[in-house]
Amino acid sequence: MFSITDARVIGPEVKRFEIHAPRIAVKQGPGQFVILRLHEHGERIPLTIAGSDPARGTITLVVQGIGKTTRLLNQMEAGDVIRDLVGPLGKPSEIERYGHAVVVGGGVGTAIALPVARALKKAGNRVSAIVGARTAGLLILLDEMRAASHSLHIMTDDGSAGDQGFVTGRLEELIAGPEPVDHVMAIGPLPMMAAVAEVTRSYEIKTIVSLNPIMVDGTGMCGGCRVLVGGETRFACVDGPEFDAHAVDFRNLAQRNSVYRDQERRSLSEFEAHPESDLIQMHHNCRLAHLAHLAAHHAAS
Amino acid sequence: MKEILPPKQRIKIPRADMPEQDAAARIHNFLEVNRGLEEAVAKHEAQRCLICNDPKCIAGCPVGVKIRDFVELILDGQYLKAAAKIREDNVLPAVTGRVCPQEHQCEGACVMRKRATPLAIGYLERFVADYERAAGKIGIPERAPLTGKKVAVIGSGPAGLSCAGDLSLRGHTVTVFEALHEIGGVLIYGIPEFRLPKDIVRQEVDNLRHMGVEFVPNTLIGKTIGIDELLETEGFDAVFIATGAGLPRFLNIPGEQLGGVYSANEFLTRVNLMHAYEHGVHDEPVYDCRAKTVVVVGGGNTAMDSVRSAKRLGASRAIIVYRRGLEEMPARAEEFHHAQAEGVEFMTLTNPVEFLGDEHGYLQGMVGARMQLGEPDASGRRSVSLVPGSEFTMPVDVAIIAVGTRANPLIQASAPDLKTNRWGYIEVEKQSLRTSKRGIFAGGDIVSGAATVILAMGAGRNAAANIHAYLATGQW
Repeated sequence: MFSITDARVIGPEVKRFEIHAPRIAVKQGPGQFVILRLHEHGERIPLTIAGSDPARGTITLVVQGIGKTTRLLNQMEAGDVIRDLVGPLGKPSEIERYGHAVVVGGGVGTAIALPVARALKKAGNRVSAIVGARTAGLLILLDEMRAASHSLHIMTDDGSAGDQGFVTGRLEELIAGPEPVDHVMAIGPLPMMAAVAEVTRSYEIKTIVSLNPIMVDGTGMCGGCRVLVGGETRFACVDGPEFDAHAVDFRNLAQRNSVYRDQERRSLSEFEAHPESDLIQMHHNCRLAHLAHLAAHHAAS
Repeated sequence: MKEILPPKQRIKIPRADMPEQDAAARIHNFLEVNRGLEEAVAKHEAQRCLICNDPKCIAGCPVGVKIRDFVELILDGQYLKAAAKIREDNVLPAVTGRVCPQEHQCEGACVMRKRATPLAIGYLERFVADYERAAGKIGIPERAPLTGKKVAVIGSGPAGLSCAGDLSLRGHTVTVFEALHEIGGVLIYGIPEFRLPKDIVRQEVDNLRHMGVEFVPNTLIGKTIGIDELLETEGFDAVFIATGAGLPRFLNIPGEQLGGVYSANEFLTRVNLMHAYEHGVHDEPVYDCRAKTVVVVGGGNTAMDSVRSAKRLGASRAIIVYRRGLEEMPARAEEFHHAQAEGVEFMTLTNPVEFLGDEHGYLQGMVGARMQLGEPDASGRRSVSLVPGSEFTMPVDVAIIAVGTRANPLIQASAPDLKTNRWGYIEVEKQSLRTSKRGIFAGGDIVSGAATVILAMGAGRNAAANIHAYLATGQW
């Protein structure tokens, strides 16, 4: 059992959790992930670690509620417990002194880009951070990212914050700018990472992406997270999750990630219609009381 | 009173049949297929034992279960004592009674085999283990006084469990670390419910708890705790690595990345550990097999487990594709017969050469080719080669690759000074199971490559004896 010591909403359906996991807190490096299972009937899902506080024995996870498990997790508050949590899994990011490093974070990927940016800065790189989102309300961790970089570039599709445009546009400008770009790290939705790879390919700038394939065990045993890198099968859980962006087959990964789309949709709609059965499994009494209250209120009116 | 018949009459008794769930019914559920012998049948079967002076069966058992003694106890009606007798050498009798390839081990060595049919040792072992469990009186052997020595076992599969049990009985304090959330390794994630009910595994694990073994799930040694830390900072005096074979092999043919192509490890883990067969109650999904054509590539027990699971998940056609012939198939005879009775199809001397997908990246077909057998190679297995021009195409919705595993590099990556061979398996001294690192032993599939539950248990026992000797003397 792993207790949640702090939980805060930091964006629409985005929550930041501090979770008591002292061994992982000591061992984790930027880029590594955990696999968690919320309750006895839950699925195992991988989540990249957004940071840790070894002194307190906590790790930070930033969770975007997309499917059933992440939505259920986002209902949890400080004091709730997660049944199973294992990590740190995967290889940590390769942090060297590259020179000018650009860290690109898209949407909730910013949370994972943050520890990498911090580590790159600490290693003596000049770090430019580009964070992007569809609209201002979806931008997260701007202050933290500003502190972790030498310059922060904010991009929104609709221009509601920072500059209007895509992260790739700003990346092109930086590459063309006075200070050559030596290293790029991109973390975000697959189409964004694929687009970043296309931008840097012609300039031959080493570009790393953090992949998020479907996983079960996370220890190399199942092979479900296999990705094509340079035409070869690699397991994201033990060989990754970070790979050379110019060698990754993004189209294949997108297809593999959609294999359970129908089941995932069904699970989510069943959960949204009847959250109580899962909340009971989480022993989430206050939420259940709230739901019962709502139901009673509903019946009365 | 023992009622022992003269040998001539004993030989005439026909071997007991294992009662099983009807094939037409069982392909719609995950309940256990074999139902176990009734007491009277078991006692009658025990009568067939010739009580040899020099029992060959015991030599045929990788852990040396005192088979003659426990059969005699069955004849006496002392079933609990019979179970306790097995437990002296085998900490998982309810498991091995179900999954051992007895035909190649104890029963293969039984002298009755030459004249009639071998004694049904596996059925009898299962009978006494089940009797003991139903009675709720597990004959846990007495534990030696505590030695104050601590041993870490990495992995809770058959090798780890067997080593942990033996060491605990010898008075050592044993902690078993498991990466997954449930204890049991391949017994939990690999072997399906219909062949090995998970309640039985949980019961056996509980028995080990009662023997003093501590289990720590959700801990990946090499990541959560370094292997050197176990000895240096965590206070363990010795370590046994029993992490299993690990990474699944693929065929390395075009189309293997398509949605709908699984490793057997992934498919079985989803179905067994994560209960995907109860999707709706459990969250982990598995590709919907209902009314689909499912092809399983391979001819071992894992392939049989996969194809029979697919059948139960509603596959309209569940097909084994195996590159050699039925004769060469390594699966246990019982698994093959069960699969056949359940309507599994066998395409032997056939191998896939390509998987075909639709525009969304989903599997929709397979290009197969006919194979031919050549001369036996150095290992005695006949070589296979493709029959030129024999390619054919067939529609396939789900493909499961069950062609074996290779070594998991995780442990070695975290301890580069741990010697491995060129395939990545850990090198040990053959007799002592010592690795290249002081205090660290290894056994089971991570040393031998993929084998059976009982061979892993044998390695676990052997390791326990060697670790015990090392802890007593401190000599490396």
